[in-house]
Amino acid sequence: MKHLRLPVVLAAGALALTACAGVGKKDAGGGSGDQSSAASTPTGSLKVMGFSGEDEVAQSRITAFKTAFPGVTVQNNKGDFDAQQFLTAVSSGNPPDVVYMARNLVGTYAAKGAIQPLDDCIKNAGIDTTQYREAALNEVKLKDKTYGIPEFYTVSTNLISETALKSAGVPVSDIQTADWDKLEATAKKLYTAKNGRPSRIGYDPKMPDFFPLWAMANGAELVKPGGEPNLNDPKAVEALQFTIKLINDQGGWSNFKTFRDTFDLFGAKNQFTKDQLAAFPIENWYVNVLRDSRANGLKLQSTPFTDRQGQPISTIGGSAWVIPKGAKNPNAACQWAKTLTSKETWHKAAEARMQTVAKDKSFFTGLFTGNKVADDEIKAQYLKPSGDAGFDAAIKNYYDVLDKAKSLNPSPAGAEIDAAWKSAVAKALGGSVTPQAALDQAQTEAKAAFDKASQG
Amino acid sequence: MTTTVERPATSGQAEPARRRRPKRSPLAKREDRAGWLFISPWVIGFLIFTAGPMIASLVLSFTDYQMIQAPHAVGLDNYRELFDDPRVLKSLSNTFVYAAMFVPLGTVFALALAMMLQRVGKAGGFFRTAFYLPEMTPAVAAAAMFLLLLNGQQGLINKVLGWFGINGPNWTADPNWLKPSLAIVSLWTVGGTVIIYLAALNGVPKQLYEAAELDGAGPVTRFFKITVPMISGALFFTVITHTIAAMQMFDQAYTMFYGPQQKATASDESLVYMVYLFQNAFQFFKMGFASAMAWLLFVIILLITFLQVRIGNRYVYYHGER
Repeated sequence: MKHLRLPVVLAAGALALTACAGVGKKDAGGGSGDQSSAASTPTGSLKVMGFSGEDEVAQSRITAFKTAFPGVTVQNNKGDFDAQQFLTAVSSGNPPDVVYMARNLVGTYAAKGAIQPLDDCIKNAGIDTTQYREAALNEVKLKDKTYGIPEFYTVSTNLISETALKSAGVPVSDIQTADWDKLEATAKKLYTAKNGRPSRIGYDPKMPDFFPLWAMANGAELVKPGGEPNLNDPKAVEALQFTIKLINDQGGWSNFKTFRDTFDLFGAKNQFTKDQLAAFPIENWYVNVLRDSRANGLKLQSTPFTDRQGQPISTIGGSAWVIPKGAKNPNAACQWAKTLTSKETWHKAAEARMQTVAKDKSFFTGLFTGNKVADDEIKAQYLKPSGDAGFDAAIKNYYDVLDKAKSLNPSPAGAEIDAAWKSAVAKALGGSVTPQAALDQAQTEAKAAFDKASQG
Repeated sequence: MTTTVERPATSGQAEPARRRRPKRSPLAKREDRAGWLFISPWVIGFLIFTAGPMIASLVLSFTDYQMIQAPHAVGLDNYRELFDDPRVLKSLSNTFVYAAMFVPLGTVFALALAMMLQRVGKAGGFFRTAFYLPEMTPAVAAAAMFLLLLNGQQGLINKVLGWFGINGPNWTADPNWLKPSLAIVSLWTVGGTVIIYLAALNGVPKQLYEAAELDGAGPVTRFFKITVPMISGALFFTVITHTIAAMQMFDQAYTMFYGPQQKATASDESLVYMVYLFQNAFQFFKMGFASAMAWLLFVIILLITFLQVRIGNRYVYYHGER
């Protein structure tokens, strides 16, 4: 037995530690990168990270860049943004040149010094920031410096199955979020169960991920303008209490989630065509997915998601181009970010999308970008009545809320705030703690992280 | 496996005051060199990929290292924070509960499969391969598959339970069932253990069973009085490795409850230690704290292993050991 001890101990240590053993050098290397030459024509190779870029909208824009800058060799490491991969690359002094990441991460990465401010890039490359939506630009700013160039822009609205509403005798106008008591009554009316388990959800509030939207609808601001968390705002607590009540009316969290997990969100036979769901708020990209379900009997309707005063609101999502610390070719990276988000390039993307639409004998459901000028022109040029009133209503609702949508304020502790509210909402949904206690604890954790990040 | 050196006959004469080290023959030296040469790939790999990162991790655990700027020393702050952060304790207790479920369950399940395999006869080769195949499946793919199988409403597992009149739980949605569901998913990869047990079972002398049978011992008695003691070495080894693996559970928990598809909105009931460690390292940029977490886990595993070895010494039987 004595002979077993050492190997076991060594194995235990190795197994325990190799998963997170230290990496990186003291000096990440590469310096801060030089964007001063952003006005000149870039050359060399450009390493891109986090950009899957498979569809025609992405491909047409990559082509636009390659055409404009033939001297640059684009190396696109396809795949979604991976924090571990990115941080390891930056800390080892071998970062990509330009990275595609969710805008809500930009504040955190900026605060840690993982990405560069782009003010020089914007100035020297002549990027007109007024073309971008203010809310999107706000998301990529920290302490008056701009760290990203906004790309796509997602907003949410209510999508509804007309078939489900008709079967329950509920008018479309009853799917509203201004009067919460009425919404609860409507959800109960639309909800059906079989053997004690849900067989159709009446209204899915899309918790936990849509908690910021419900908090916003009730007038709460989860992150204050300076980046300080405000997770246990009474209005946020009330919003969480309501959504939990809504879910409890429809089978309770465990049954509700289990049933929702069976939805084939991207399939032709999805939750609407299978009559598993009557209505839910969801982002604009989903209309494009649903378009193909019409052949399976989908009858779509839509109403705006509003605050309690009846004004359409939405949180926003989307990505941005950022340049990491130590990027070897910041000039090309800057031009990449500029080119892929310019009005002219978005027009090329819209043309490519229209070709696909014509080929598929389908219709255009809109292109929602961080570039307001491009969006307006593309909408005016390409958006026509589809012949399906429900889809037209949905697309209109998405366009109407674009200028009213708001983001959570950026914070140097954005990642921790995000994790804190998600954990709190999950706990409250699971019933282990009350919404108030969960959000109080989340606030304590997030505030501690914010204070520490602010000191740094 | 102990080595004994026989003393030379002394014929009553006094031993020299200092015993000389026996001179090694050129052949022995050559064999030594060859031995080192053969194990050198492992030794080099161990130094570079295990010992080096372990030392670096130990150093980093005393620093505030956010991966971008150079680390700066913070003394024992990270270790103090381990005791202040309630999620460290929560994730640790979740991991213990998971390990307490998986280790016995995995051992019994693998042993049952191995015993069945032993009786299969000619088709044994096929089943050995079939049982081992899941070991080759990526853990992420297996976890994604089990999300479907464990769905409380439409999953196959609850459908099967339904045939026996059992109303299965919401495995992946009910906070109380998240850890058991992880334990079930982990059973998918007991194929390697099955093979170890099968080898051990095949090594048990048949005469022992025959003699016991003649003495009137039934199958249960034979199992507990012959099989278990005779394969106790293999059982002990797998219990230790299963425990270590359980304490380091990551892939399945992350994929099922914390990956991009889940948007990290899972209940804390599924937060196992390594997932929280990963979050601190790569989500919150707290590599120093994550390193301290790793060392805490190392110490815990060390203590558990030490305890297991002490207890195991009393009960484990090794063939050929004097």
